Amino acid sequence: MITTDILIIGAGPTGLFTIFEAGLLKLKCHLIDALPQPGGQCSEIYPKKPIYDIPAYPEILAGDLTDKLIEQTKQFEPGFTLGERAETIDKQDDGTFIVTTNKGTKHHAKIVAIAGGLGSFEPRKPKIESLEKFEDNGVEYIIKEPEFYRDKKVVISGGGDSALDWAIFLSDVASEVTLIHRRNEFRGALDSVEKVQELKNLGKITMITPAEVKGIVGEDKVTGVVVEKKGEEPFTLETDHFIPLFGLSPKLGPIANWGLEIEKNAIKVNNALDYQTNIPGIYAIGDVNTYPGKLKLILCGFHEATLMCQSAYKRIFPDKKYVMKYTTVGGVEGFDGTKKEAPKAVVKAID
Amino acid sequence: MQDINIKITDRNGVTHDVVAPTDMAMNLMEVVRSYELAEEGTIGICGGMAMCASCQCYVNSDNELPEMSDDEDAMLAEAFDVEDNSRLGCQIQMTPAMEGLEVTLAPES
Repeated sequence: MITTDILIIGAGPTGLFTIFEAGLLKLKCHLIDALPQPGGQCSEIYPKKPIYDIPAYPEILAGDLTDKLIEQTKQFEPGFTLGERAETIDKQDDGTFIVTTNKGTKHHAKIVAIAGGLGSFEPRKPKIESLEKFEDNGVEYIIKEPEFYRDKKVVISGGGDSALDWAIFLSDVASEVTLIHRRNEFRGALDSVEKVQELKNLGKITMITPAEVKGIVGEDKVTGVVVEKKGEEPFTLETDHFIPLFGLSPKLGPIANWGLEIEKNAIKVNNALDYQTNIPGIYAIGDVNTYPGKLKLILCGFHEATLMCQSAYKRIFPDKKYVMKYTTVGGVEGFDGTKKEAPKAVVKAID
Repeated sequence: MQDINIKITDRNGVTHDVVAPTDMAMNLMEVVRSYELAEEGTIGICGGMAMCASCQCYVNSDNELPEMSDDEDAMLAEAFDVEDNSRLGCQIQMTPAMEGLEVTLAPES
């Protein structure tokens, strides 16, 4: 069981900044995210795109924003459960919560802060008949363990970076790699496209374009896929694995069943005070919440996280006196023993 | 300032007559959101960067549309339920040339 003060669901910019604000109050944070890396949409969808409305940054790339937020939180040693989705929540008699992920990891926390953005990112599944029947029996949407494909025949479909990158990687592992895409053009980093071209020339990757996988062949396990090349008769291609890589799309998912008030796919919160939901002790901050006048902006998420941490502190320590301190005055004391503070001015007499 | 009239058929097959401003730098995806013709969270997920295809629509009228960028073209190559008249709503700006535009929203994916 992982224990923490504040359990943050979602490791996007709002979730990451919460670590810092909580840390100033000496509260420890642990984060759960369905993606394998922190950053949320900023890392997953548009890491190379600029953002212009982060205060004090006339321009910053979304990926760089993530890096800087992580750097800012380092002192507070956050814990991460990545690649897992928060599934259930159980309120304990003492008012604390136990949140369990889809992989059974349990987290015990005094406060739960949902910073889930538009939801957890789930793979987009192509509409192929009986596709779901073969899931984990030769159809995989996410490559977790490349060794799994050692000396196997693999068909990848998709035209983006992940399709290209995995085709390149698996060409060294699998016995055969075939890349199928609806176009001849790929939308990926130029060097990935060039590398695939090189591997194709070496015969290490077979390309079938413009084409689509239309069906799956097999009894209980995938033994082949039906491929349709534009304007030609469909044919069956033998394979052990079919990996459709068509990106991810966010779904609110199991959080919708936690008894929270939901409106327009977002969680209703009290914006007059602290962004708490209808369940005391559970807060919702950033793009995942809604209230009159809500704007889904990163900078609004930062503000919401800050107020939410103050409220969380009062909930955990109802009897403690507390005043907000400016970091410039008090410095920043990390849980790792480090302290950042303003340099002391030197006083020297003038003769 | 000039408003234009467009017809948007939602994902339930209901057609809406909508008035869209041309002086607000709005695109079709944003018009759909402002009239709440698709459930919040199911359209415009990437914010309008042609990076998610959640605003895919089928253009049924013969308005002369803005040329497709490489980004939009590549995104549609990876989207589902794509037809010859598919476009991304976020890439269609509301200009006087869009008067009479008729579109159907593609299914959610």
